[in-house]
Order: sequence, then structure tokens, then C-alpha cells
Amino acid sequence: MWNLSIEYIYLISIILFIIGLKKLGHPETARKGNLIAAAGMGLAIIVTLFTPLEGASNNYLWVVAGMLVGSAIGFVAAKKVLMTKMPEMVSLFNGLGGACSMLIAIVELNNMGPEASLGNAQGLTTIFALFIGSISFTGSIIAYGKLDGFLRDTLVLPAPQFINTGLLLVIIAYSGYLMTLPVVDFNLTLILLALSLVYGVTFVTPIGGGDMPVVISLLNSFTGLGAAGAGLIYDNKVMVVGGILVGASGTILTILMCKAMNRSLINVVIGGFGSSAKAVG
Amino acid sequence: MLEFLQNNLLMIYILTFAVFTGMEVISKVPTVLHTPLMSGANAISGVVIIGAILLIRQAQPDDYLVLILGFLGISLAMINVVGGYAVTDRMLDMFKKKKKS
Repeated sequence: MWNLSIEYIYLISIILFIIGLKKLGHPETARKGNLIAAAGMGLAIIVTLFTPLEGASNNYLWVVAGMLVGSAIGFVAAKKVLMTKMPEMVSLFNGLGGACSMLIAIVELNNMGPEASLGNAQGLTTIFALFIGSISFTGSIIAYGKLDGFLRDTLVLPAPQFINTGLLLVIIAYSGYLMTLPVVDFNLTLILLALSLVYGVTFVTPIGGGDMPVVISLLNSFTGLGAAGAGLIYDNKVMVVGGILVGASGTILTILMCKAMNRSLINVVIGGFGSSAKAVG
Repeated sequence: MLEFLQNNLLMIYILTFAVFTGMEVISKVPTVLHTPLMSGANAISGVVIIGAILLIRQAQPDDYLVLILGFLGISLAMINVVGGYAVTDRMLDMFKKKKKS
């Protein structure tokens, strides 16, 4: 009975997310929409804390400590940040969410044990969460650095499109290789982690500072997809639906932002340094 | 793979509908609301914290590697959640005042 209630409370959370997002899109209701979405999140977190798990040792001390530390840092950072530094802050927060997907995927890969194979749906979703979480993490940090100014905008790679496409192909091929192995050593998945982290850096580095808000929005939808991937690992509907909602609405928002700048998304992503010079001039 | 598709038919339906809902919810957003909306959506993506909570709750009490990684995961996601909603609220607050004056 209680287990069934939990599923329904998750459903309420999802409804609150959707209503919140909808209201966030209208000037008069935006603030209320944000609070509604926050209520949905609070509900989902509380329910997750009390979900009965068979044979689990709960470790509530660790859970509560993590939540307190995170809340304190997040709250202080949000209150202290200068109004002009808001996009940077959003980017940094977003990267941390991506890092969480990444950490979950690492632990799950480690938990699979030395005899596990990744050649199944579970393996695929875990690899996906690891890949997309890592990109979102390092990509957001680079976006933060570029907006904040501690990374120079002129920092470019030679032939970025070539490097990025090549690296992406290597990552896909390597993931495929891992999935065909009958037994996967945990250390082999760490190579995938490293490649994904590097890809996040090379993906964002060529993009000019003026285009960063668009990139942050794009990385935000990546984080949503990462959360959905992690949700598939736990078969948790609020994570899957919440993540996909952010992934889809984030993508639409990214396209809207590009349109507002009279650009196409492809143009922003592969435009590289030249586009930023154009934006300045 | 085929077995997975068969066993998770409902989840695949949910995924599909969530994609369309997400795309429909965001339409005709005024340009001024782009950044707050991005920030609000970012806070929602902090829903990944639920995975981190489940991860720690299922860990062995002496498995310190998992506990520490899980603790990190919860902290980072909680920064995303709390900070995300708080920053969005501040942005929208400023927006409202600016409109009035």
C-alpha cells in the first residue's frame, strides 16, 4: 500500500514539474511556477528518503549530511552571487548536477562486479549516464570559466570540428567495444570516463563567450538526459520523466535562444571562434 | 535488447510522452524569460539527487568508497537543486521589480 502511494506521490511531483515549467514561461506566473517546481522536487526527495528498501542499511547519516552540506552551499552561493554573474552560477550548478549523474554511473559500474557484462540494456543506460553526465560536468565548468573570464575566449583548439567529431567517434566505438566484452574490468570503464570528460572540454572550448548562454542551455538539457539515464538504472519514474522533461524543454529553449540571436543551433555549436568574432564585430 | 524493449514497453511510452510534453510546455516564451526558464529547468534536472539517495541507502555501511562517492553526489545535486531554485527566484524577483518601476 505504502509502495503504491509512493508511486502516486512521484506522479504528483511530475505534475508539479510540468505545471511549474509551464508557468515559468509566462511573465506574470513565472515566480509561482518556480515555487511549484521546487515543491515537486521537495516532495520527490522526502518520499525517496522514506521509500522502504528491502534489506537496505539506509545510512541516513550520510544522506542527511550530504543534503545539509549541499543545501548550505547552494543557498549561500545563490544568495551571494551578483546579479550580473547569474548565467555563470547557473552553469556551475548545472555542471554539478551532471557530476552527480557521472558519480552514480561510476558507482553502479563498480558495483556490477568483476564478472559483469555491459552488453545489455542496464549496461547501455549506465554508459549513457556516465558519458552525458561527464560532458555536462566539464562542459559547464568551461562555460563558467569563459563567462567568468578566467578562461580566455581566444583559447581555441586547432581544427576543433575535426577533434570533436573524431573524439565522439572514438567514444562511441569504445562504448560499443565495452558492450561486446563478456567480462568488463572496472578500469576499462574509467578510460571511457576520461574520454567523456575530455570531450566536454573540447566541445565547449571552441565556442565563443557571447554564445555561452545558448551552450549552457544545451548542457542543461544534457544534464536532464543524464538524470533520465540514471533514472533508468533505478527504474525510477520521477527521475526518468523529470530528466526527459528538462532534456526536451531545454532543447526547445536552446533553439528559441538561438532564434532570438538570429542564429541556428548548428551554427553556434560548430561556428567556433569565427562566430564569436562576428558577434563582437 | 528485444527482451528489454518488450519488458519496458510502458517505460518507453512514458519516455515518448515526456519528450512531447517537454517540447509543448515551452513555446512562445518571451526573450526576457529565457535565462530564468533555463535556470528553473536546471533546478529540475537536479532530480538526479533521487538516484544518489537510493544509491547511498542501498550501500553497505562499511563500503566507504560508495558512501563517499554517494555523499559527494548528494551534496553536488543538492547544490544544484537548492541553488537552482533560489537563483531562479532571485532573478524573477528582480524582473518583477523592474517591471513595476
